[in-house]
Amino acid sequence: MTTLHQVPAARHRRTPWTSWGTFLLLAGPNVALLVLFVYKPLVQNVQYSLLHWNLGSDRATPVGLQNYVNYFQDPRTPSVLLTTLVFAVVTVGGCMALGLATARLLDRRLRGRTFVRAVVFAPYVLSGVAVGMCWLFVFDPQYGLVSGLLRAVGIASPNWYNDPDWALAMVCIVYLWKYVGYVAIIYLAALQSVPADLLEAAQIDGASPLRQFWSIVFPLLSPTTFFLGVTVFIESNAGGSFDIIRAMTKGGPLEGTTTMVYQVYQEAFVDGSAGYASAIATLLFLALLVVTVVQMVVVERKVHYR
Amino acid sequence: MSVETKTTSGSGRIPAPRPSGREPRGPERRVDVLGYAGLVVAALVMVVPMLWVLLASFKQRDEIYTIPARWLPGALHWQNYADVFATVPFAHFLLNSVITTVLGAGLKVVLGLMCAYALVFVEFPAKRIVFLLVLAALMVPPQVTLIPNYTLIAQLGWLNSYQGIVLPGLASSLGTFLFRQHFQTLPVSVLEAATLDGAGHWRRLWQFVVPLSAPTVSAVALVSVVSEWNQYLWPLLVTDRADMMTLPVGLTLLQNNDGITNWGVLMAGTVLVMLPVLLVFLFFQRRLVAGLAAGALAN
Repeated sequence: MTTLHQVPAARHRRTPWTSWGTFLLLAGPNVALLVLFVYKPLVQNVQYSLLHWNLGSDRATPVGLQNYVNYFQDPRTPSVLLTTLVFAVVTVGGCMALGLATARLLDRRLRGRTFVRAVVFAPYVLSGVAVGMCWLFVFDPQYGLVSGLLRAVGIASPNWYNDPDWALAMVCIVYLWKYVGYVAIIYLAALQSVPADLLEAAQIDGASPLRQFWSIVFPLLSPTTFFLGVTVFIESNAGGSFDIIRAMTKGGPLEGTTTMVYQVYQEAFVDGSAGYASAIATLLFLALLVVTVVQMVVVERKVHYR
Repeated sequence: MSVETKTTSGSGRIPAPRPSGREPRGPERRVDVLGYAGLVVAALVMVVPMLWVLLASFKQRDEIYTIPARWLPGALHWQNYADVFATVPFAHFLLNSVITTVLGAGLKVVLGLMCAYALVFVEFPAKRIVFLLVLAALMVPPQVTLIPNYTLIAQLGWLNSYQGIVLPGLASSLGTFLFRQHFQTLPVSVLEAATLDGAGHWRRLWQFVVPLSAPTVSAVALVSVVSEWNQYLWPLLVTDRADMMTLPVGLTLLQNNDGITNWGVLMAGTVLVMLPVLLVFLFFQRRLVAGLAAGALAN
């Protein structure tokens, strides 16, 4: 993912012992925290997934792979997996497409684009919970802004709160609203580093703007697309979706907005089945790992680095 | 659609537009109607919902529950804001958020600087392995480490404590990674001069490396402050006492006060949670964007 270029850093001719000490003193705390709160829990999570265990109780029974078997036999699993998939596809695809479109728009020399750039990016820095609360009010089926606007043009507002499909749509819309700005800003940075002379040459050769974009600009953006694809995918399957879902729907109605991420929280901390939740968390981690690695292997071949 | 003229910014790090390019020629100069339409739509979609929420936070109860909804409140009804503080210990939430944000972001930056310095300027046999350890941690979504971390903090008796809220969050390596990338670009000669002056590693870090990296340090610090302030899932788990909750967690207490949501008060609360970050954003927009873009363009 990163090219690690070796820079001849200051070489300190010291005895190895001093360097060891210094290195441990400086890097030690950070590495210790990573081991304690990232790597050790990663292993522990797998161990927990082999237990029948309720959070808060001292009794834990080893059950082997029973939690995994239960997961795949759980009648709720297909719908949760589908919700997770739909949410991921809509939010990642939407963020990338709308983000690139917005970046292209903001790349034009238009008056007022500085203001729009700030306005588009602002939601990214806001609390996901607060954003969720605001939009819950905006989507209120009776007194909300959306139903009001729809009523004004003669359309009956769907019941965003009670219909599982519309609730999922609502959560996706809010996620897009919050995160498109980030993708747009990163794409904009990349667009502005596209060399002008390349495009000029293409223009002289008579390439249409669309042709210029697909044949020159888009390939040059591919490292950025790759980076965003991976990070947006991980974010949409982690904290980003949790905050919004918890604030707006709490996974409901009828589990219509329960993604795997939300399910981990729900099973462990609401229903108390920590072993079962750990199994789901392990599966989630494996799924993310596989998708990310596939993205890296497949895309890496197509990425054009400058 | 008109043909676009490119402006090229030298570094490409900060996505601020540079109006230094040439003026468009001939037919390109005509007004870009499609472009302006796009700008207006984008601005409306982003601003209108927030404006509606802001106005609602000043409305009386009966002004909110009207069909069709009225945009403007009859009078600025500040009572909603007073009610936020009256119905939940909002001042406590605010204080807790400030403390955990300062602690969390501050320690993250300091530890990240130390580790990055070691990774770049100190010789160590297993340096590459340590760096990989730092890098790979970026790929682990926090949900996966949630249950073991919760158990650990509970066993330590740190539920409802500042260290319980802050400590696990410190295990983030984005800052370390960005600092390392930046340190590698620093001129070695300056550090060698410092070494000749007899400065130890500690002094070299704080008196030479950090001042030379001020833009990166401030960008990472800002990104950390914003993300700490908005932290939700972890504080939600480790706090169940209202006086230890942070703002995002406490905000949800406003939601189901008396069975029915009192939108005016809840919207006042969300405005209060979002306001500090919005101010930070307005003042430090460029730095903040630079910090995020650095993460994206560091490769």
